Amino acid sequence: MAELTYRDAVARGLAQEMSRDSDVVLIGEDIAKAGGVFKATVGLYDQFGPLRVRDTPISEQALLGAAMGAAMTGLKPVAEIMFSDFLAVCFDYFANEIPKSRYMTNGQVKVPLVVRTGNGGGSRFGAQHSQSVENWCMMIPGLKVVAPSTPYDVIGLMAAAIRDPDPVIFFEHKSLYATKGEVPDGEIVDQLGVAKVVRPGKDATILALALMVPRAIAAADRLQAEYGINCEVIDVRSLLPLDTKTMLSSISRTSRLFTVEENPRLCGWGAELVSIAVEECFYDLDGPPVRITTPHIPLPSAAVLEDLAIPSVERIVETVRKSMAA
Amino acid sequence: MNEEAAAVSPSQETQLRIYRTLVELRETGQKAHDLFLQNLVKGTVHLSLGMEGIAAGCAAAMKPGDLTFCTYRGHAHTLARGTSIEKVLGELMGRDNGLLRGKGGSMHLTSVEHGVMGSYAIIGAHLPIACGAAWRAQYKGASDISVCFFGDGTTNIGAFHEALNFAVVWKLPVVFVCENNLYMEYTPIADVTAVAQPAADRACAYGLDRILGDGQDADAVYRIAKTAFDKARSGGGPSLLEFQTYRFSGHSRADPAKYRPAGELDYWRDSRDPVKIYRKRLLDLGVGENVLAYIDSETQRIVDDAAEKGKAAPFTSTDILMTDVYADGGSAWRN
Ligand SMILES: Cc1ncc(C[n+]2csc(CCOP(=O)(O)OP(=O)(O)O)c2C)c(N)n1
Ligand SMILES: [Mg+2]
Repeated sequence: MAELTYRDAVARGLAQEMSRDSDVVLIGEDIAKAGGVFKATVGLYDQFGPLRVRDTPISEQALLGAAMGAAMTGLKPVAEIMFSDFLAVCFDYFANEIPKSRYMTNGQVKVPLVVRTGNGGGSRFGAQHSQSVENWCMMIPGLKVVAPSTPYDVIGLMAAAIRDPDPVIFFEHKSLYATKGEVPDGEIVDQLGVAKVVRPGKDATILALALMVPRAIAAADRLQAEYGINCEVIDVRSLLPLDTKTMLSSISRTSRLFTVEENPRLCGWGAELVSIAVEECFYDLDGPPVRITTPHIPLPSAAVLEDLAIPSVERIVETVRKSMAA
Repeated sequence: MNEEAAAVSPSQETQLRIYRTLVELRETGQKAHDLFLQNLVKGTVHLSLGMEGIAAGCAAAMKPGDLTFCTYRGHAHTLARGTSIEKVLGELMGRDNGLLRGKGGSMHLTSVEHGVMGSYAIIGAHLPIACGAAWRAQYKGASDISVCFFGDGTTNIGAFHEALNFAVVWKLPVVFVCENNLYMEYTPIADVTAVAQPAADRACAYGLDRILGDGQDADAVYRIAKTAFDKARSGGGPSLLEFQTYRFSGHSRADPAKYRPAGELDYWRDSRDPVKIYRKRLLDLGVGENVLAYIDSETQRIVDDAAEKGKAAPFTSTDILMTDVYADGGSAWRN
């Protein structure tokens, strides 16, 4: 057991998989000697050498396209897109090329790769380096999408993503890189498509992802202490595949549903979950499902503005309290 | 012919193979056109009629195991690697005997067993993908090369430039082949391009040689391609080739190609037809008319037969609608 940062967990997860499979190779901008702009790949160049940890030009299309071509022909590339906002300049690859090839070719072409990317706000970087864009990926058939919230999950889901035969987009949250968590020694391998109940409760279900998970837990603790409302918090972890079983069974038990989403309001993952819950356990609900999201705006840079935009512990507490009292 | 040129020139056996390929591509293209007019092929079809010299010459210079990446205008390149004509025509008709059982269609022909790693319908997307396949070969020390075909218009999209720089910096065993047929869709390439030769004139920007060839002469294509392929295979890095060519039909089946100046098509069809040019060459080299006539009629028979099999085949099974989205064979996104 050791305490590890989320950032170091990324490197440890990658190292774990690179040690067991020489087909696992890393590419990205500044990831090799420099160790990545978020320092999430520090040490890997020294450990695995220049052929397995390779810098690319600032060419996101070439980078993702090359990862795809390599994956199609036998490697297991892990490509880094530095900030998830930059997925927009190589959208074709994860919208049209990577996810559709297996289907279009009647199963001939397989694309087992992982795209890691720094996602989310809280770093005062402004609108083009701060978005939560997991919904850009969740809407695409053929992809798998995960977003871990703890160092332990980072390692286990990284291993699962790399070992998975399908393309996986792996969202690392920039504001979690410095956070710490307990991580056991030895190999850690998790499973895609499994949500986790991180705080059991009986009065309401709160679904959260990535940075919103610790905030939802903190809010649940306050709701319990200050208002006697006992919330169950579920870390969604995997948007594709989606563990609806775990979530629906919790919602049926608590009869209330809240989602805490960092993405701008429209078409956030919570909308899909609310729609599933309404279709499939409507009669178990005691009140309307409520989505707590960033408003539908580009993210501002100034601390006071950004903090107001992204769901905070206070906003979660207030929203849940009011809705439960109504 | 000097010694160097002789080393990369096709043997007579190879020349006969090239001729057969040319005829197969021509006849299959013509058949696809006919089937479309009979309403047996839906959607769209982008033919390579008139452009077969590039596909035939390049394929003859490739080795088994080499990888082909092509565009939506990919029938010729797919067939030139040995993919079954019957499966290709079946795919165009949405039949169960189709190459992709109707899941891909005309623009996405793929035959991994023949090294055809896909036909890509987003302009430029496959150049980086070919780089990746070449990177795998480099990483694993494999001897295959990746060959990526695209049009003149493709030289104006970002992925082209990203891929070229990337391939050169990583010294990848990939060869980029531009088929300059003078038009990007309905617009003359000269109207939208900063340089006269869209690929060749840009090679210097990536430290590559300016290589321009006659795409209507399959032997010239073979020699240029073979030189570039040998270089890539022996660790010499990528090349960018541009071949001048012309399509005899419109951009796709929806295009009557009215934008072409009077006489242009006649000129290319009458004096620059790659099949006619090659046939005459072989006759001049002493190959018997009867040998070529046999290839002609035999190919005609195979293509006719393939079309009839496709027409007789059932439409593809609707059971496959939800299969092969994910590696487990299905499309489940939730439990
Ligand atoms: C990104 C993108 N933009 C536009 C198109 C529409 N489009 C299809 S083919 C084509 C022309 C391509 O011209 P060229 O590269 O010269 O190839 P050719 O069709 O002549 O073989 C265009 C504009 C597309 N498929 N993808
Ligand atoms: Mg063109």
